[in-house]
Amino acid sequence: MTILNLVFIVFLGILFFIAYFHISNYILDNYGNKTLKRYNFENSIRVIVFITPAFIVLFIFILYPVFETIRLSFYDKFGREFVGLYNYKWAINDPEFRRSILNNLVWLLVVPTLSTFFGLVIANLADRIWWGSIAKSIIFMPMAISFVGAGVIWKFIYEYRGPENTQIGLLNAIIVSLGYEPQAWLTIPMWNNFFLMAIMIWIQTGLALVIFSAALRSIPKEMLEAARIDGASELKIFFSIIIPYLEQTILVIWTLITIIVLRIFDIIFAMTNGEWQTGVLANLMYDWMFRGGGDSGRGSVLAIVIMIGVIPILAWNLYKHRQEQKI
Amino acid sequence: MKKFSISSILSQLLLLFFVIIWIIPTFGLFISSLRDKDLLAISGWWTSLTTTEVNEIYRMSGMESQIEEDGYFKIKGKLFEDNSGKKIESFGITSKKINEFNIGDVAIFKDESEVLLDEDGNYEWRSRTEFKKKKGKRLFTTSLSPPAFTFENYREVLFKEGIGRAFINTMAVALPSTLIPLIICSFFAYSLTWMKFYGRDTLLAIIIASLVVPLQMSLIPILTIYNDFGALFGVAAKSYPGVWMAHTGFGLASTTFLLRNFLKSLPNEMMEAAKVDGASHYDIFLRIIIPLSIPAFASIFILQFLWCWNDLLVGLVFLDQVPSEIILTAKLKELLGSRGENWEILTTGAFVSMTVPLFIFFALQRYFIRGLVAGSVKG
Repeated sequence: MTILNLVFIVFLGILFFIAYFHISNYILDNYGNKTLKRYNFENSIRVIVFITPAFIVLFIFILYPVFETIRLSFYDKFGREFVGLYNYKWAINDPEFRRSILNNLVWLLVVPTLSTFFGLVIANLADRIWWGSIAKSIIFMPMAISFVGAGVIWKFIYEYRGPENTQIGLLNAIIVSLGYEPQAWLTIPMWNNFFLMAIMIWIQTGLALVIFSAALRSIPKEMLEAARIDGASELKIFFSIIIPYLEQTILVIWTLITIIVLRIFDIIFAMTNGEWQTGVLANLMYDWMFRGGGDSGRGSVLAIVIMIGVIPILAWNLYKHRQEQKI
Repeated sequence: MKKFSISSILSQLLLLFFVIIWIIPTFGLFISSLRDKDLLAISGWWTSLTTTEVNEIYRMSGMESQIEEDGYFKIKGKLFEDNSGKKIESFGITSKKINEFNIGDVAIFKDESEVLLDEDGNYEWRSRTEFKKKKGKRLFTTSLSPPAFTFENYREVLFKEGIGRAFINTMAVALPSTLIPLIICSFFAYSLTWMKFYGRDTLLAIIIASLVVPLQMSLIPILTIYNDFGALFGVAAKSYPGVWMAHTGFGLASTTFLLRNFLKSLPNEMMEAAKVDGASHYDIFLRIIIPLSIPAFASIFILQFLWCWNDLLVGLVFLDQVPSEIILTAKLKELLGSRGENWEILTTGAFVSMTVPLFIFFALQRYFIRGLVAGSVKG
């Protein structure tokens, strides 16, 4: 496809949707009132016009796949024959699956917690320092770049050369200058997971930081002033006022990052491709989508395991939504 | 009253520490992408910021370039390229003693030929007898190299490695994948907020549930649909329109949710007044909602655009990995595998892929943050 063609279909694609809404509404506005006398009837057609595209997309890309994935998890690799719980039994006995779920759990434990913690600490520090907003910008910046880009950045940091060569990776250069042996960081089982997590923390701290910064502004200034006049130290204020006050926000951010971490794929795919025992569920699933021509049964089971992780959050969101509707 | 206390100094230092840790990785990548690729492979990027000592091996020219002068056979030439700015400190003629001679010394080879070297790397190699070898002898130099940066890597990566094309492809994926959901979700959110119809609350609940449904739940069924579609109609569904719709689908819930939250905050009286004046829903949408929603649109546009630009999985599954379709992240991942040792390509490629996000980040940070704070949750 030439670049000119590409530009053409991009315009065509966008124009199609604008045209759909414009033309259908134009018809309704100019002819609707004459032929369809009743306002209510015209109105319900309008609702259909407004909703249909989004609903079709929602149905095809979210609703149908959720049920189809559940169905496929009980079928064989081609999705044709019913095999009952076979795929689930396979998963439980598969060492790769166990490794992945363990890794996922460690990720879920470490990354949201540390990102939230760093975010809170930095937001609090930056709030009180005159160059704080510049500092926030810098720490927030990794949020804008891709996981793969971040992967390249950090792979360069972790780069390993044999001990006889000059190290060009920062981490090994530091290690060598301190008199230790250089290490191939990404290939040391178990520890390599933490080196990968460091990348995610580096990215997600920015998210926590900006949300906390906004939330910090909601703390009444008088309360902090009063505490300071009473001689409370900044540390004391942090633990006794700020943390309790931001409890809700902390929970929100922690959940937000948890959801992101649960389906983490790019970083591991780019850095180690799941080798040296770094695989997580999303990587294993991607693998099974294509391994040996693809196995939709096993892939679906893995997707469902990821889904199970978000169900508590989903239920909680729906519950909160209900509460809001009642008010 | 500002206190200049120990605790304030401590917090400044702590923040500075965080900032340094956070900036160094990206800074290192940026510096490396501007370095000469040969230097990049043998020294850390931090050494390029100051004048450094480098040890190099050069080979002098062979017999073709010899001239006869003052009773000598001479070969003249220079070791460095013009404007390299390097200054030789010492040199050697064997790998055992690379610092044997200083500038001004005459080094004598075993065959009794002599070499003179000045600090800019110009050499004069002379012998009483004619040179008979095609290849010249090696010189080992130790020189001081000033910081030197080049855009050579960018030229190579953009035009030779296919990153330039991948950049265009990514744009062709990300722009429609951002605008299409924005268009259809704004109508969707409008009807969820301001129109009354049966099943509205259920639809809203479905949107909220969809917010957290992981993308992985959709991959296999949609890939099957695309393959069947391709087999049925004989056109590849795994192409740009397919990816746009996939991104639209995955971004639909969050876009609708954010827009609805915004629309809900608009005053109801305004809509009622417009309705009384005989405005249709489409009139209200075009003349009232859109102008008022520009800031919200901006935030959502940025979030969705960055999401699509930075995405790897969707582009990997729903596009063929060929030069005319491959996106930047997939290309980078491919290079990580095939050119893992060529750091000049990787660092430059990564930086090229970051240009658009970084531009958006610095130019529109306010909207970006506002969108995130508004409670972006993305499945």
